[in-house]
Amino acid sequence: MSKPRLVVIGNGMAGVRTIEELLKIRPDHYRITIFGAEPHPNYNRILLSPVLAGEMSTQEIVLNELDWYRDNGIELHTGRQIVTIDRVARKVIADDGFAAEYDRLLIATGSTPFMLPVPGNDLPGVVGYRDLKDTDEMIDAARRYSHAVVIGGGLLGLEAANGLKLRGMDVTVVHLGAWLLERQLDERAGRMLQKSLEERGLKFLLEKQTEALIKGESGRVAAIRLQDGVQLAADLVVMAAGIRPNYALAEAAGIYCKRGIVVNDTMQTYDPKVYAVGECVSHRGIAYGLVAPLFEQAKVAANHLADYGIARYTGSVTSTKLKVTGIDLFSAGEYMGGQDAEEIVLNDPAGGVYKKLVIRDDKLIGSVLYGDTADGPWYFQLLKDRRDIHDIRDSLIFGQSLVGDVGHAGNSRAAGLAESAEVCGCNGVSKGTIIKGIKENGLFTLDEVKRHTKAASSCGSCAGLVEQILASTIGGAYTPASSDTKPVCACTELPHKLVRETIRDQHLTSKEAVFAFMEWKTPDGCEKCRPAVNYYLISTWPDEARDDPQSRFINERAHANIQKDGTFSVVPRMWGGLTTPAELRAIADAAEKYQVPTVKLTGGQRIDLLGIRKEDLPRIWADLNAAGMVSGHAYGKSIRTVKTCVGAEHCRFGTQMAMDMGIKLERMLFDMYAPHKVKLAVSGCPRNCAEAGIKDVGVIGVDSGYELYVGGNGGIKTEVAQFLCKVKHDEEVMAYSGAFLQLYREEGWYLERTCHFLARVGLDYVKRRVVADDPGRQALHARLLDSLKNARDPWQTSRTGDAVRQFVPLRVEA
Amino acid sequence: MSNWKRICQLDEIPRLGSRVVQGTKSGDIALFRTAADQVFALHDKCPHKSGPLSQGIVHGERVSCPLHGWNIRLDDGQAVAPDVGSCRSFAVSVRDGEVFLAV
Ligand code: SRM
Ligand SMILES: Cc1cc2nc3c(=O)[nH]c(=O)nc-3n(C[C@H](O)[C@H](O)[C@H](O)COP(=O)(O)OP(=O)(O)OC[C@H]3O[C@@H](n4cnc5c(N)ncnc54)[C@H](O)[C@@H]3O)c2cc1C
Ligand code: SF4
Ligand code: FES
Repeated sequence: MSKPRLVVIGNGMAGVRTIEELLKIRPDHYRITIFGAEPHPNYNRILLSPVLAGEMSTQEIVLNELDWYRDNGIELHTGRQIVTIDRVARKVIADDGFAAEYDRLLIATGSTPFMLPVPGNDLPGVVGYRDLKDTDEMIDAARRYSHAVVIGGGLLGLEAANGLKLRGMDVTVVHLGAWLLERQLDERAGRMLQKSLEERGLKFLLEKQTEALIKGESGRVAAIRLQDGVQLAADLVVMAAGIRPNYALAEAAGIYCKRGIVVNDTMQTYDPKVYAVGECVSHRGIAYGLVAPLFEQAKVAANHLADYGIARYTGSVTSTKLKVTGIDLFSAGEYMGGQDAEEIVLNDPAGGVYKKLVIRDDKLIGSVLYGDTADGPWYFQLLKDRRDIHDIRDSLIFGQSLVGDVGHAGNSRAAGLAESAEVCGCNGVSKGTIIKGIKENGLFTLDEVKRHTKAASSCGSCAGLVEQILASTIGGAYTPASSDTKPVCACTELPHKLVRETIRDQHLTSKEAVFAFMEWKTPDGCEKCRPAVNYYLISTWPDEARDDPQSRFINERAHANIQKDGTFSVVPRMWGGLTTPAELRAIADAAEKYQVPTVKLTGGQRIDLLGIRKEDLPRIWADLNAAGMVSGHAYGKSIRTVKTCVGAEHCRFGTQMAMDMGIKLERMLFDMYAPHKVKLAVSGCPRNCAEAGIKDVGVIGVDSGYELYVGGNGGIKTEVAQFLCKVKHDEEVMAYSGAFLQLYREEGWYLERTCHFLARVGLDYVKRRVVADDPGRQALHARLLDSLKNARDPWQTSRTGDAVRQFVPLRVEA
Repeated sequence: MSNWKRICQLDEIPRLGSRVVQGTKSGDIALFRTAADQVFALHDKCPHKSGPLSQGIVHGERVSCPLHGWNIRLDDGQAVAPDVGSCRSFAVSVRDGEVFLAV
């Protein structure tokens, strides 16, 4: 069955965006044909202003090159204007007679400049300002003539005037209104704008109406006459007095139009086969003239063209900026105000700053910013969110920095949150609870807030937000600690960096020596610093420092994960995710023998036996050991899993032996402890079925070898692994990944995953140490292998001797 | 009233560690040994959500619960502020390297 045909009239911003959205969600659904009256592929119309001003080239503003159409199988007809829509025969007909049939039709014909109905409006040298042709004509005129008149002091007119002035013309703007941009600005701001444009050499005639355009000897326009009789020389007249939705074609085809093609919330016209988007459309009585709403329409139209049928367009609040370099102007929403609206105005003519906020029912409904537009997006967000602003009304006009935080990279979400909004999802703590905790207990640090409110004390992903709330609650009393200088815990003032370096430089090999030398405030640390210090000791002095089980979290001490009810889980290692019938049989037997309540496949390609009593652990391990299985370290700040895909061993696309490579890596890293857990993956080809892109080390087989990626994370905050280098052989995969992991083991801070480590030291540093420096890499790899030379299966070693004691309960003697 | 029972030798509890005592009328009891060889006994149920305190990390005269990190004082079973709660404590005595528990 052949695909249905989709025809698009209008190769502009809204039409092509709709197709892009459609291809994203349902790429192969239609045979697509696009007609554009202009001889160009789709370009960014907005940027015609910088092109006119000489700040950008025509080539730079092309959005979709011809290749794009070809690659997506789209039949493009540029320079062909559609003159008829035959809805009965379901076809469109172009000016040259070319016809195309459709199953669905999308009309996106945009709008046309409004040409004042005055004598001479069709003379050569009179242009609208809409497309590349107009722009070229204006640039050409600027080269040959000197006098330009722009009719209309709106956004478009001012951008045109500015561009022509920059191209050396003598430019006068004739404007009907009493001040410039009278639809966006009040009189004061309008005058300020006028003044700064006059300083750039532009001339203005306000409250003037055009009577006629006068022909010169050459037949080209030569002057403009105003109603008050004044006459100005004009070799170029730009009409920027407004736009008219371009719907004549649709109307002629009998599609219902009313100051635009009327569409419903699904962007469908009165003919169910015909959709329309863009400036040609009238939606709920509004025709938009800015791209943001048109792009929203495009998304909705695409959704329905794809037959998904779930999206609705309900209208947009819009904001605009004047694109004249050096002049900052921003306006949004109902900037005009109105009867029941209040206004907050800040006016500093000397400083060149003007701000107006329009408020109704304690909500911001519009804003105009001139001279300082930094807070524009924030106001726009408040406006779109219909946020109640009565509590921040006092300082609203001064901007986000006074209301929100103390400038955390300028993006405070905290200010915008409602009191009842949940901040910490793990512990169900709301913003209100946090603020209450801070105020009642006089909290000043993130740590204190964590302890008192429990917010950010579990997964920690909300820590940044909690910090912002703290900052906005206590204001200047708050000084954020940077992680370089944050103390390890309350037992010391020293940060991780210094503790690590001191252990190395002073050759400290026991926790007692560390606490004494660095003058710990507590006799034997706490649950936060002890595991960190223990890790630093054994990773820095693998042959000298003795591991201290009592400084390890229970999971690492018991070689199993503790559960909420105090039982444990057992995860045997399955090298590279492979297993055998014999292993499965042994697991099944053990599960029955110890009455394991839950047997589950983990996300790490192996099997989890959950709900085992602690005293049974040594016995079940013994059974599994007997079948040749060892600990999977599913509990440790250690090597976890090496996921693999089936690779070239079986897969028709595989380029490398992914399973084999994965097993080799997992064996090399067996029993490796690290600042945090470490996960790897090996995929046999770039289809990447093993998800190597979100692993601490990701290996992707390609025809010529392997690509290595580092620092990925699929947990709390997904981080895509970064490309480290390409290698040829299996041995190099082992050497480079080993060296990277050893660098992390030696220089990472406790509980820092590779992604955090990488963010701190930078990819360049890692490349320098691991890729560029051959002897350095070899040495790192050698140190890794050396520290793993005594790797033992912890299940085996914990089953006997003193080590087994912890699993054996004491009994009260009768 | 209380009834002293011999439990084990001091050496059978690791320093900064603990052992679980089963079979008492009061359920599981956690025996802790500090760095200074003091021994304490608490009901092996955290006041928060009943986590097994015996599995926590011992530091100073406190244990931090393995499940959500509350700190509990070993001598009286009180949660360390800002957390609030208490867990039952039991009398312990150490004589000649032998540990006795009053249950
Ligand atoms: C068993 C398993 C879930 C499952 O049934 O599939 C699991 C279970 C736990 N995960 Fe996980 N994670 C498991 C795969 C994952 C994965 C997926 C993967 O490995 O492909 C991820 C995301 C990938 C990643 O780590 O980048 C994952 C991200 C986390 C995180 C967030 C780590 C991060 O850096 O953002 C934690 C918290 C932590 O480690 O601090 C966590 C912590 C935990 C702990 C250990 C929580 C704890 O401390 O008690 C869970 C133990 C549950 C229990 O009661 O035994 N688990 N966890 C998976 C074991 C895989 C294995 O075979 O070893
Ligand atoms: C100089 C300038 C600056 C602007 N600056 C901004 C700005 O800063 N911010 C902002 O949001 N918006 C700005 N705009 C407005 C923005 O460009 C438009 O809102 C947007 O391009 C409208 O998209 P559209 O697809 O509806 O129409 P268009 O992009 O105009 O596309 C319509 C296309 O259809 C073609 N067409 C029409 N009829 C037919 C037919 N019968 N057969 C075949 N083809 C046909 C036209 O030739 C045109 O190529 C600016 C506009 C201009 C002119
Ligand atoms: S990643 Fe490649 S080799 Fe592996 S299963 Fe997918 S397609 Fe096959
Ligand atoms: S059960 Fe002990 S802290 Fe939650």
